[in-house]
Amino acid sequence: MISKYGLRVVALGYLALLLGIPVALVFVNAFQDGIGAAWDAVTTPEAQHAFYLTFVMVIVAVPLNTVFGVLCALAIVRQRFRGRALLNTLVDLPFAVSPVVVGLALILVYGRRDGWVGEWFADQGIQIIFSTPGMILATMFVSLPFVVREVIPVLREIGTEQEQAAATLGAGGLQTFFRVTLPAIRWGVAYGVVLTTARALGEFGAVAVVSGRLSGQTETATLFVDNRVQRFDETGAYAASVVLALLALVTLLAMNIIKPKEAKA
Amino acid sequence: MGRGLGRSLVGGDVLGRGIAMAYLSVVALIPLAAVVFKAFDGGWDTFWNAISSPQATYSLRLTLIASLIVVLINAVAGTVIAWVLVRDEFPGKGIVSSLIDLPFALPTIVAGLTLLAFYGPDSPVGINLAFTKVSVVMALLFVTLPFVVRAVQPVLLELDGEMEQAAESLGAGRLTVFRRIILPNLLPAILAGGGLAFARAVGEFGSLVLITGNIPFDTQAASVFIFSQVESDNIIGAAAVSVVLLVASLLILLLFGWLSRKALRHDQ
Repeated sequence: MISKYGLRVVALGYLALLLGIPVALVFVNAFQDGIGAAWDAVTTPEAQHAFYLTFVMVIVAVPLNTVFGVLCALAIVRQRFRGRALLNTLVDLPFAVSPVVVGLALILVYGRRDGWVGEWFADQGIQIIFSTPGMILATMFVSLPFVVREVIPVLREIGTEQEQAAATLGAGGLQTFFRVTLPAIRWGVAYGVVLTTARALGEFGAVAVVSGRLSGQTETATLFVDNRVQRFDETGAYAASVVLALLALVTLLAMNIIKPKEAKA
Repeated sequence: MGRGLGRSLVGGDVLGRGIAMAYLSVVALIPLAAVVFKAFDGGWDTFWNAISSPQATYSLRLTLIASLIVVLINAVAGTVIAWVLVRDEFPGKGIVSSLIDLPFALPTIVAGLTLLAFYGPDSPVGINLAFTKVSVVMALLFVTLPFVVRAVQPVLLELDGEMEQAAESLGAGRLTVFRRIILPNLLPAILAGGGLAFARAVGEFGSLVLITGNIPFDTQAASVFIFSQVESDNIIGAAAVSVVLLVASLLILLLFGWLSRKALRHDQ
């Protein structure tokens, strides 16, 4: 019995010291000068623009990665073609790449001076690096594999019987997808979307490299937190962090709501 | 089995696959290829000089050693946490279990600020670990916490205790049961989770920025070194160290995947 309680104390103590207490302290620090001060800190024009830009990242990257994720999972599970195993491996690559390397990689393709196609885009009047498109690309890169990874096991699980039945009854490819396949994989897609959104909201390193970090212009919420710390604006840093932490908690809640349904399906 | 689905789908198959591959290439594969090309732009010597500069070597070594320590701690702590979450009963267990994933959901810069709040100069308990090598390990422990727990938990759920009871009834002590029954069953999952944690730790950046101080030859990890090289316009140096990090991550994932599968076969 003693060892049982011992393990419990060790596990919960480790979690409390590494995670629980430090995260709680962020909330305490954010409100140390009162709720009004915290509210003012996250409603300055710079803060508002930073959260707006983070919203733009999510609203562009998540739908694109979701469509890609479903197409890619369908190709990997339902199709037979040369390079299928390679595609399955390459999709996971973004998980193995440091965010800083992601940023550098984008500079080397889309940067005006260092990139392969950056000059061409510049001639068309499109700036990618040190601008919003580059930051969106960085967000897309780091959150790329989530939907694929969540949808693949569900597609394997449901099999092809219903799809074949639909095809036998004369349904076309698109009709079969939207009426049979998509409803069956919806919780897997939803779970992947939640994970993609969390990552898109929170990305720092990759966006930091390609943004140029102009306050009020190319600064997302995570960059704003860093900026506030560098300028010794504690309330601003902690208050913005609380907003991001609350979004993370909403993500966890969504994961917990979706996960059991996926298991039942 | 696309063929089994009927002819109508074949055109759609190719189109969908083509879109997926083009997207993956534009967003991820071509940029990564550009890093490799840039690293070897000036030939092998330039590459070698870049990665063998004292600051680069130091940061790479710090990253690998810190990541290794983090994996070892995670293997033990993650297994204990998973054990307590599956086999133990206590009030609030459900909440603790869902909070395990918080480091995945929390932005890394917030993770760094979180640690700075409790273990920094203004620590309410007077423990200041900021700008030390310990802070590097702390930050990596924070962001990799869920990997081993989440890998071990489902395996423990499957392991219903029958084997353990059988071993105990045959006179095995608790340590023997753990060593001969439980550990071999958990090992594949521990290795799989450990590999993911290792790869994540090697590339981690955001959580390190605020708490480690990024001091060259002291607390500067490889990812932070790359960032500083990009900022100071040494693109080839940044690309060269990036290639080393990429190769290290891939080797770690392959090695741990192989070890995990080997442990699984051995078990069966």
